[in-house]
Amino acid sequence: MTPEYYVYLATILFALGTVGVMVRRNALVAFMSVELMLNAANLAMVAFSQARGGLDGQVATFFVMVVAAAEVVIGLSIIIVIYRTRRSTSMDAASLLKL
Amino acid sequence: MITLETIAATGVFSVAWLMIAIPGLMAGLLLISGKFFDRSGHWMAVAASSTSFLLAAWMFVQMLTADPEHRAVSVPLFTWIDSGTWSVSAGLQIDQLSIVFALLITGVGSLIHLYSVGYMAHDVRRRRFFAYLNLFVAAMLLLVLADNYLVLFVGWEGVGLASYLLIGFWQHKPSAAAAAKKAFVMNRVGDLGLTMAVMSMLALFGSSSFEAVNAGAAELSPGWATAIGLFLLLGAAGKSAQVPLQGWLLDAMEGPTPVSALIHAATMVTAGVYLVVRSHEVFEMSAAASTAVVIVGAVTLLAGAWIGTSKDDIKKVLAGSTMSQIGYMMLAAGIGPAGYAFAIFHLLTHGFFKANMFLGAGSVMHAMNDDVDMRHYGALSKVMRVTFYTFAMGYLAIIGFPFFAGYFSKDHIIEAAFEHSLWAGLAALIGAGITAFYMTRLMLMTFFGEKRWREGVHPHESPKVMTVPLIILAVFSVIGGALMNAWIQDWLEPATGGHVTEISLVPNLIGWITMAVVAAGVTIAWFVFGGKRTIPDVAPATRNPFTVMGRNELFGNTVNDVLVVQPTMMAASGLVVADTKGLDGGANGLVTVFNGLSNQVRKLQNGQVRTYALTMALGAVAVGVVMILSQLG
Repeated sequence: MTPEYYVYLATILFALGTVGVMVRRNALVAFMSVELMLNAANLAMVAFSQARGGLDGQVATFFVMVVAAAEVVIGLSIIIVIYRTRRSTSMDAASLLKL
Repeated sequence: MITLETIAATGVFSVAWLMIAIPGLMAGLLLISGKFFDRSGHWMAVAASSTSFLLAAWMFVQMLTADPEHRAVSVPLFTWIDSGTWSVSAGLQIDQLSIVFALLITGVGSLIHLYSVGYMAHDVRRRRFFAYLNLFVAAMLLLVLADNYLVLFVGWEGVGLASYLLIGFWQHKPSAAAAAKKAFVMNRVGDLGLTMAVMSMLALFGSSSFEAVNAGAAELSPGWATAIGLFLLLGAAGKSAQVPLQGWLLDAMEGPTPVSALIHAATMVTAGVYLVVRSHEVFEMSAAASTAVVIVGAVTLLAGAWIGTSKDDIKKVLAGSTMSQIGYMMLAAGIGPAGYAFAIFHLLTHGFFKANMFLGAGSVMHAMNDDVDMRHYGALSKVMRVTFYTFAMGYLAIIGFPFFAGYFSKDHIIEAAFEHSLWAGLAALIGAGITAFYMTRLMLMTFFGEKRWREGVHPHESPKVMTVPLIILAVFSVIGGALMNAWIQDWLEPATGGHVTEISLVPNLIGWITMAVVAAGVTIAWFVFGGKRTIPDVAPATRNPFTVMGRNELFGNTVNDVLVVQPTMMAASGLVVADTKGLDGGANGLVTVFNGLSNQVRKLQNGQVRTYALTMALGAVAVGVVMILSQLG
């Protein structure tokens, strides 16, 4: 098989995710966009792994999924804390972390 | 001509170092003993000084009885510096020249110690005062007894230290503290000259001993002889308050009067004359250097006398007079072999009569509640008989009244000056006339005329402990000249190498002229200040340029201020500007630059998560582009 279409799909998904992070103010949506980028990368790695006949890419994908799971826990909890204090999940409003 | 040859020390000479050690150790003991010796310290100091005098007198008698070839004694003490090719030994040289100095220092010094017992009786820091006096005696003896210039330099600095400590003894007075500092700083200028002279000697002869320098002087190139001579003259001018380093001596009168008598009249200020006479072989090799000595002496003797005519402060008149008399000695020392013995002769008689008059002035101040203004004196001859008569002896000695001490010594110098050159002779002659004028003025304003005492001042004669030294010094002011007149030249010949000038008791033409000039000076002073003429209570305002210059010490301080102090201050403030604006400015400028840069960079950190995301995306794109490009290349 050729990984061509999978790579196209992965590129489209990654681009959507990137744009999502940068244009949406809602922290949850931005978060979902980050997940989309991660999975786009996973998809590309699995496709290449299949094309090359090795398992390296698939192993790496597992690592990414594990790390992503951990990241989701922390990221969501941060978003919840921000929401609780500010009654909003706007990322632009939470811009106090600066000099 | 007999040259100086020293013999090994035996008998009392082998313990000659005790002369220096006793007052030196006593000074240390009195300084560290605290209150323990507060009640007895002054008498211990008198004892230390007197012991040195007895030792000196004993040696002097031994030398008198020895035949002329075996009088000079060298006393090696120890090797001071020993490093490779260099070796400097510390030793004493007791010859005809240094023993008369030792006698003057310890003799007059002991009398002044005794006088100070009365003068400083009520001073709370009396013990310290006597410790400093002892320190001075020890350092001065080291200066004149040393057998090389390096050890001499130690004594030279020692007397400078003692002078500083004693001028500023009443340190609670800002004027005294300032005067002490001024004396110290101006002496440093002279010391620079002496240091350079000693270094030149070490470089040229490999040794600084008097023996090596005097032996090697004959082979000096004229340039080096002149250079060393001028260096020595600079040192001498600093210590002896000669023009152009004269400014400190008048201010030094801030010290207690016994100090003025001992250090700033009789002994320390004559060290410059000693230095010149001691280095006579060098000056004989350079006509330029010895002419410079004559010029400095002639200028100073006129300048000092000029200042003496216009001051109302009795001690400053005497200080001007001291400058002037040392100018005479310098003049004589510069003349050459004909003058050395006369310089030392005048130095000795001056030591007697000037110490006498300074102590007399101290006695007067004691009676007048420490008032020094002669316009507040008058008619003291009736109430202070002893002070008056002893002071009168000193007065007659300094103006050169026939057969008093100064008559012999000063006339010889004037005659020798005329033999040297007409202008030097005229300067000395005019100086004698002015001396007669200002000393007569001092006498008339202090002891004669109307009572101009302030309220509450009740003059009284000083206690015996003060008048006895006055009487002894007065006796020497009378007989000192006649006693040494025929003897001093022969005695000093081996040490100073001077040939004996024939002297007669019958005055020659110059002698008669000198007496006439002195008489004229006295007469003019009588017509201005004598009889029933009233002395104004404050110095009358005048536009007479001579008086104005005299009252302002010939603007010596202004000259120093313009030539040295102001340029130094300007250089210092210039350096401050260069430091704050240049160096600090550079450092602070760098700080400003980085501060501004970091302020700009800080703005990138704006807290907007989406901006960070964009930055990261752009970074990732950049990395990707680089990787792709590198694959293509």
